[in-house]
Amino acid sequence: MKAFAYTRAETPAAAAAAAAREPGTKFIAGGTNLLDLMKLEIETPAQLVDVNGLKLDTIEATDAGGLRIGALVRNTDLAADRRVRKDWPLLSRALLAGASGQLRNRATTAGNLLQRTRCPYFYDTDQACNKRLPGSGCGAIDGYSRQLAVIGHSPSCIATHPSDMAVAMRALDAVIETVKPDGSERRIALDDFYLAPGNTPQRETVLEPGELITAVVLPPPVGGRQVYRKVRDRASYAFALVSVAAIVQRDGSGSVTVGGVAHKPWRKAEADAELPRGAKAVAARLFEGAAPTEDNRFKLALAERTIAAALAEAQEAAS
Amino acid sequence: MSPLTRRELLKAGAASAGAVAMPAVAQVANSATTPNAPRPPVMQTVSLEVNGRNVEREVDTRTTLLDLLREHLQLTGTKKGCDHGQCGACTTIVDGRRINSCLSLAVMHEGARVTTIEGLGTPGDLHPMQAAFVKHDGYQCGYCTPGQICSAVAVLDEIRDGIPSHVTADLRGKPALDASEIRERMSGNLCRCGAYANILDAIEDVAGVRKGATA
Repeated sequence: MKAFAYTRAETPAAAAAAAAREPGTKFIAGGTNLLDLMKLEIETPAQLVDVNGLKLDTIEATDAGGLRIGALVRNTDLAADRRVRKDWPLLSRALLAGASGQLRNRATTAGNLLQRTRCPYFYDTDQACNKRLPGSGCGAIDGYSRQLAVIGHSPSCIATHPSDMAVAMRALDAVIETVKPDGSERRIALDDFYLAPGNTPQRETVLEPGELITAVVLPPPVGGRQVYRKVRDRASYAFALVSVAAIVQRDGSGSVTVGGVAHKPWRKAEADAELPRGAKAVAARLFEGAAPTEDNRFKLALAERTIAAALAEAQEAAS
Repeated sequence: MSPLTRRELLKAGAASAGAVAMPAVAQVANSATTPNAPRPPVMQTVSLEVNGRNVEREVDTRTTLLDLLREHLQLTGTKKGCDHGQCGACTTIVDGRRINSCLSLAVMHEGARVTTIEGLGTPGDLHPMQAAFVKHDGYQCGYCTPGQICSAVAVLDEIRDGIPSHVTADLRGKPALDASEIRERMSGNLCRCGAYANILDAIEDVAGVRKGATA
């Protein structure tokens, strides 16, 4: 690990300003992904700004009837929140499908959104990776790509975003709130948050240097039957090959968001509109233009079947 | 010259690092702009409570909580397995919650209350979970055992506190205290000897739910 200076921030704006002042600054909250990457010297920050003291660790009702989830709310606490379990159960289910008890006790809401891909070529510093070392190439495209993206990717990068929580957040139309180094604030829809890899896979989100996530806001409950179905190589404590967040209303309308297939949670309004026609129709529209590798072509069939299973479970629960 | 032990070597390293302690932030930041330039270590003081004892140490900011426990406080019960949060051997209980101590910096735990395997019980006065692991032979080589036990103690608290898991059937109700819940919640602790069946027996015994158990 490279040496770094360590400071604790007192306010969100001060944290953002401190980060903007020193190049190579990273915020640290749970640290469960960042420290792992620092040990491998994939991340080499010169300064860490500890944001754990910022009091962004509460979940509050909004005037609109939704929830404002502080950036520092731990995954365990968010999943266990009575309001979330009752009115946004999809979010609890997605969180509980991810990581281990120990990690969920530390991992935060904002940190979960900002975790990096687990692409093995990103992690192996002896391999080519445009995300880790821009211009070095992509070892994954012609390499071991079983876990990687089938859609939304580019000739530069086929990494997936590993979060389960983000898949539920996307399905629930969550909005991210931030503060910039100049103290100004902005709101970013989760769907607009992650950048397509294109030629710059090292740029993963729309956040500007020093910009700090302060909260994630959920709109009022959407009701319906909510199912999170995750398929992975082990029964527990593994990243998704494919995951599906399904919300199905009584009239058969709803939405389908898929994880493990792209650089961000994958959802399309045109695919949601196909819901009354079933999983095959939804998957066909959702994965129009997909370009899998030979290794991960199975994900297209797996995604369709997982959507079918999730929809069946939602309909069963409704009857 | 007499050969140094590993620990003496580490102490010597820490001492020489201390000689150039506390460089300005800007100095570290400047070295970041020239990628391969060496960066001087940054030393910082952290004070916390470990197993009921107040401790204060000056550490390199890179020191993980795990290394603080093992190398600075000589509490070597907590084990370094993978050092990447994948195996759970380093599990300790911090402010009432189990965490991977390898994925947390010591300096982030100012004022924290840490319980390690040494703080749960002693050879003469075992914690019920430690006694149950002995009774049920919940280990083979024993390397993962301190992490398994710290995790197991916290798991039973989590179930009692009503924290749901991936296998909890009804999110609105209380999670069941059964084998399925315990297995899922213990998935962050690997045992390469494969003592899982006996580990489960030990935890069920302490939880008071072991089927066919004899006292």
